[in-house]
Amino acid sequence: MARFTPHTDRDVRQMLDDIGVESVDKLFTDIPKNLRPESFDLPAGKSENETVSIFNDLARRNRTDLVSFLGGGYYDHFIPAAVDTVSSRSEFFTAYTPYQPEASQGTLRAIFEYQTMIAGIAGLDYANASLYDGGTALYEAIAMAVRTNNRKKVIVDAGVNPLFKRIIRTYVINIDVDIIEVDLKEIYTDTDRLEAHLDENTAALVVQNPNFFGIVNDFGELFEKAHTSGIVNILVFYPISLGIIKTPGEMKADIAVGEGQSLGMPLSFGGPYLGLMAVEKKFVRKMPGRIVGETVDRDGRQSFVLTLQAREQHIRREKATSNICSNQALCALRAVVYLSLMGKEGFRNTALLCLERAEYMKAQLKKIKGVRVMDGQTFNEFTAVLPLPAGDFVDRMFAGGFAAGLPASVFYKDKDSHLIIGVTEKRSIKEIDDYAAAARKVLS
Amino acid sequence: MDTSVLEGYFYTKEHEWVKIEGKKAKIGISDYAQHKLGDITFVDPPEKGKKVKQFDFLTGIESVKAASDIFTPLSGTISAFNEALDQAPELVNKSCYTEGWIAEIEVDDPGETKNLMDAAAYKKFTAGLE
Amino acid sequence: MKHIFELSVPGRIGVDAGGVSAGADALLDERFRRQSDSRLPEVSELDVMRHYIRLSQLNFSVDTHFYPLGSCTMKYNPKVNEAMSALPGFADTHPLMAYIGEEHVQGCLELIYNLSSMLAEITGMKDVTTQPYAGAHGELTGILLMAAYHKSRGNKKKFVIVPDEAHGTNPASAAMGGYTVISIPVDKEGGMDVDLFREKMNDEVAGVMLTLPNTLGLFHRRICDIVEIARKHDAILYNDGANLNAILGKVRPGDIGFDIVHMNLHKTFSTPHGGGGPGAGVVAVSEKLVDFLPSPSVVKTPQGLYKIDFNHDKSIGPMASFFGNFGVLVRAAVYIMMLGREGLIDVSEKAVLNANYIRVKLKEYYDLPIDRTCMHECVFSARRQVQKNGVHAIDIAKALIERGFHPPTIYFPLVVDEAIMIEPTETESKETIDGFIEAMIEIAKLSETDPERIKNAPNNTPVSRPDETRAARELKLTCNL
Repeated sequence: MARFTPHTDRDVRQMLDDIGVESVDKLFTDIPKNLRPESFDLPAGKSENETVSIFNDLARRNRTDLVSFLGGGYYDHFIPAAVDTVSSRSEFFTAYTPYQPEASQGTLRAIFEYQTMIAGIAGLDYANASLYDGGTALYEAIAMAVRTNNRKKVIVDAGVNPLFKRIIRTYVINIDVDIIEVDLKEIYTDTDRLEAHLDENTAALVVQNPNFFGIVNDFGELFEKAHTSGIVNILVFYPISLGIIKTPGEMKADIAVGEGQSLGMPLSFGGPYLGLMAVEKKFVRKMPGRIVGETVDRDGRQSFVLTLQAREQHIRREKATSNICSNQALCALRAVVYLSLMGKEGFRNTALLCLERAEYMKAQLKKIKGVRVMDGQTFNEFTAVLPLPAGDFVDRMFAGGFAAGLPASVFYKDKDSHLIIGVTEKRSIKEIDDYAAAARKVLS
Repeated sequence: MDTSVLEGYFYTKEHEWVKIEGKKAKIGISDYAQHKLGDITFVDPPEKGKKVKQFDFLTGIESVKAASDIFTPLSGTISAFNEALDQAPELVNKSCYTEGWIAEIEVDDPGETKNLMDAAAYKKFTAGLE
Repeated sequence: MKHIFELSVPGRIGVDAGGVSAGADALLDERFRRQSDSRLPEVSELDVMRHYIRLSQLNFSVDTHFYPLGSCTMKYNPKVNEAMSALPGFADTHPLMAYIGEEHVQGCLELIYNLSSMLAEITGMKDVTTQPYAGAHGELTGILLMAAYHKSRGNKKKFVIVPDEAHGTNPASAAMGGYTVISIPVDKEGGMDVDLFREKMNDEVAGVMLTLPNTLGLFHRRICDIVEIARKHDAILYNDGANLNAILGKVRPGDIGFDIVHMNLHKTFSTPHGGGGPGAGVVAVSEKLVDFLPSPSVVKTPQGLYKIDFNHDKSIGPMASFFGNFGVLVRAAVYIMMLGREGLIDVSEKAVLNANYIRVKLKEYYDLPIDRTCMHECVFSARRQVQKNGVHAIDIAKALIERGFHPPTIYFPLVVDEAIMIEPTETESKETIDGFIEAMIEIAKLSETDPERIKNAPNNTPVSRPDETRAARELKLTCNL
């Protein structure tokens, strides 16, 4: 059995003697006898060797051979090997939150660079040190808006990731915030309808680009109109798309949030991921979560600390900006290494490759009888309407070795034959051709 | 703690002060409060034109070790913020009763000072807190 | 030291992203195109490696330093955990596969199901949600479960009771969940004052949040009275399980009468802290809250197939995008399987032994406000050093850094003036702990003979004490580009 307690019997004896008790059990006498566990029925311990074989077996019960065109906000992007090498450095991954700056300049500097890069790709002024994931980051953005203008109504486009929308609804069950969802026009975000909902009681407007069906928009005009009513504009973004697509900053969003998984995080069945948040200057002091700032030490040397901590729970308790007491530091580290390796050119090229491969896929599918590829500008994900329920199509494509996409009906009950297909730079032309061939067979 | 209390000002239990100047009044925090908070790092500009009732939330103030709410000692309409604090929040530490004032309001009812402490009463109040 | 941006040379490339066809950008309508610079650096792969590996060397970490950080349980993180979470079957699996083809992800679902069962047994609870991403996220989940429970019973509740010594996240979570917080002070024994608690308790109280053992490292001797009082008013008992490491196999929150407990897998179950995250804040509940747990959940069919289940009318809804930080769940599952029943009991015994050993060895040198047997951590106060020589807890912390030890938690809990909160964890040897004790004694002595030396520490770190006031006044949050 593996153990990580190094105590020998002699150590235990000596320590007990020094403490002045005869047995370890005597250290637990504050626990009333009648409260001792009724059961503690766990398996017996195992060696590392035995444990590894159990988990190898479990891992093998997940299919790793599928060629994936599944997206939905979480993508199979390429991760350079150096990302793993850096993030598996013990000095990073076994460190604690950098509350002691003299012993944590490595983490602090890396996060400071991360903040710079996230602000840079989003085209906004500042970013925080990261939040749990995209969905929870969106809630934090909404809470910021409500704190800023003291209004209660939040307008959310139905094209925002449904997983995010569900989280927001959970968060507000016991507080006074109204979430109003505005319908799509089939798969298209309806800016006119959104505009009609905006008024002086609206705290925030939430839209996503590209929307859940892959449609790219420019929300510049809509945001401008919202601003005239004192509404906070929140844009949900997909970081990889910003290699070529208009930024939240260029559209004049106030707060931009996104899922950062695509910046070097493996899919890992749902986490750990990375909640991105960038803001326009005037919101910086309202931003929740950790923030690293630059200063000087006693000898005038450049140094870094967690700053604006007075707003947080340790001090403000029930009046804190948020209850968040951590960030996804290791994921933020992976993102900063990923973005450094990609650099200006790689970041742009990755986005272009995604766009190019997705367009190639569209062209192949258009050749198949009965398949209708939905019109409109898209990035790396798009919607196709099939002559059969999309769920049935996906089931049959598994047999051919493909995760064929996401049936929209998983989240939008009325869209039975809509399939959302995601294509990343990892998908080769051959894989796309093979997919098209398999699809043709299934549909014939 | 030895802290100064100025005559001619009124004080609240939350350590704000108010000094009436005609129809307007300046508001700030007391020497006791700035000592307790330590180095002030930020004062949030309150919303001009907003009406506030006596003891309502006025704005927020942050130091390295604390973030606190400031409540208005009198009812009125917020007419000004001490813009100098934007660049130099430390004025609240250096000169809390004069240069480090925080907001100015147009006073609704000067009679509300009956709910506040004068210098002598406030001095006694803070002495009791130690 | 330079920032990565300062190493940038126009035209330099780190990783080749792949060949883009000429004219690919024409596939994007001009009005949707980015016009501004991404402001990313242009550096080689070697530049990136040297830069970040050098940064890593500026850190303290569990693998390089003893880290007796109270309330944080900085135990050793077994490396097999990392290897298992990186297996392609886990790391490369898309979470939406559970929505479109659960038969292809049976391994992931089974792992979640089994881990949940083991955690329910460890805590003596009925069911578990793995969704919360961190301790504070687990707290909010618990508060929303509380709200859903009261709503279902038509209870009108407004308040949540939190003792003074609680983690600051407790009141923050209660407020975020829509409740007003009532604080209760601690008594001379170091636990929530039961008489005051009885006095403040009323039918409008939705719940009571208790850390057990509490942040003073003490087990509340009158816990049964607290449970009884709360029950009379149909208040939910919430256990902040941040300190679960002290009681594994010794007492279970469910047996005590708690309705909710959140566990920090990154504390008790050895997953790494990652420099501030990711963690996992799994929540376990008693029978009466099971129906309200976040959806979807993972269930097992009579045929032995694992599925996700959305059929919860009463569920509060999802707290996370999927099933929580799955990679962290894998690590915790590996740890629990490996240690097993006896191993986990050994954990709490050695954690408590180590803490008491430090308590006894240091109490001659530092004030010990509550002098009784502690659980997994002990809380000293530097007030003797402050009064005699003007040496504060923070100075002692910095002097420890100078001596190669990560400092204990300081200035927490707030109920102890100049608090120094020490949690050695079970994975440290007697030799390491003796070394730490020696350093603490040396610092206590130096505080008397040469206090300036302590006040100026550390002198051998990459930076000396940073000016935090300046950082907050002159906000500089991004590199100059």
